Amino acid sequence: MILASAGNALVWIVWVAAAFSCLASGVAVISFSNAFYSALALIGNLASLAVMYLLLNAEFVAAAQVLVYAGAVIVMFLFVIAYVGPRRETPWSGGPGWQTIAAVAAAGALLVEIVVAVGLQASGSLARESKVGAAFGTPAWIGRVFLVDHLFAFEITSVVLLVAAVGGVILGSHTRRTDPGIIGVGAAEEREPEPEMVH
Amino acid sequence: MAGPDVAWYLAVAAFLFGIGALGVLVRRNVLVVLLSLELMLNGGNLALIALSRHFGNGAGQIFALAVMAVAASEVCVGLGLVVALNRRNLSLDVDRLSELRG
Repeated sequence: MILASAGNALVWIVWVAAAFSCLASGVAVISFSNAFYSALALIGNLASLAVMYLLLNAEFVAAAQVLVYAGAVIVMFLFVIAYVGPRRETPWSGGPGWQTIAAVAAAGALLVEIVVAVGLQASGSLARESKVGAAFGTPAWIGRVFLVDHLFAFEITSVVLLVAAVGGVILGSHTRRTDPGIIGVGAAEEREPEPEMVH
Repeated sequence: MAGPDVAWYLAVAAFLFGIGALGVLVRRNVLVVLLSLELMLNGGNLALIALSRHFGNGAGQIFALAVMAVAASEVCVGLGLVVALNRRNLSLDVDRLSELRG
């Protein structure tokens, strides 16, 4: 009995730490003026989310989260941020403009809407938690569910990834002669137009 | 191993989604907007997995994996766009990218 309550307290401690670091790193992602630091803060966010997935018996999803996000997506982000160079932006400076106020109001309204929608459900169908077996969330179980019950979703996912990969390659390698009339639109005051590169 | 109720997880997911939405609305840098989109997708993922555990139904985890694949695709295309913009010396400020002419 004491052991059970100690385990329960331990789960709560881990959960509170993960939830706090998840939300704190989320705030950090949108607050850093340097995009590089934002991407690094997102790694902390993903790691704490993986801890919460482990608490939810989703071992395979937690491992996939770390592999796919922290291993592939964030590395791609960091490469692109390093490629485009530093562009500083101070998100919360210069006083609250009307756009910032409207954005905060819209995000707050969205949050309130979600909380109300979930809260209305929480008294009813969310009150009773169902039991799951020990195999729930393990790679073997995921593989059986994925390849037997949800085979179509699996195949569609592969098609989506293929299309995205082709699109990324086309977007990244598409070259056209830089129109001199376009150069002055945006970045002329930030950096000099480079001499035309040969790709 | 009881731990917190599903409502706690859903609250964290809602706040994460709200933070991501705020980032999408407030920030101007395309790259940070993409990172904030990742936050929103992760909030949705957390809600899916929490409800999957709550109802003992595996479809939520499958859906979360599909969302991960969609997020990876979105990042692939989005970063391709960023690279294309940067190569043509266009600004990465979303307020200045208001015209669809390349």
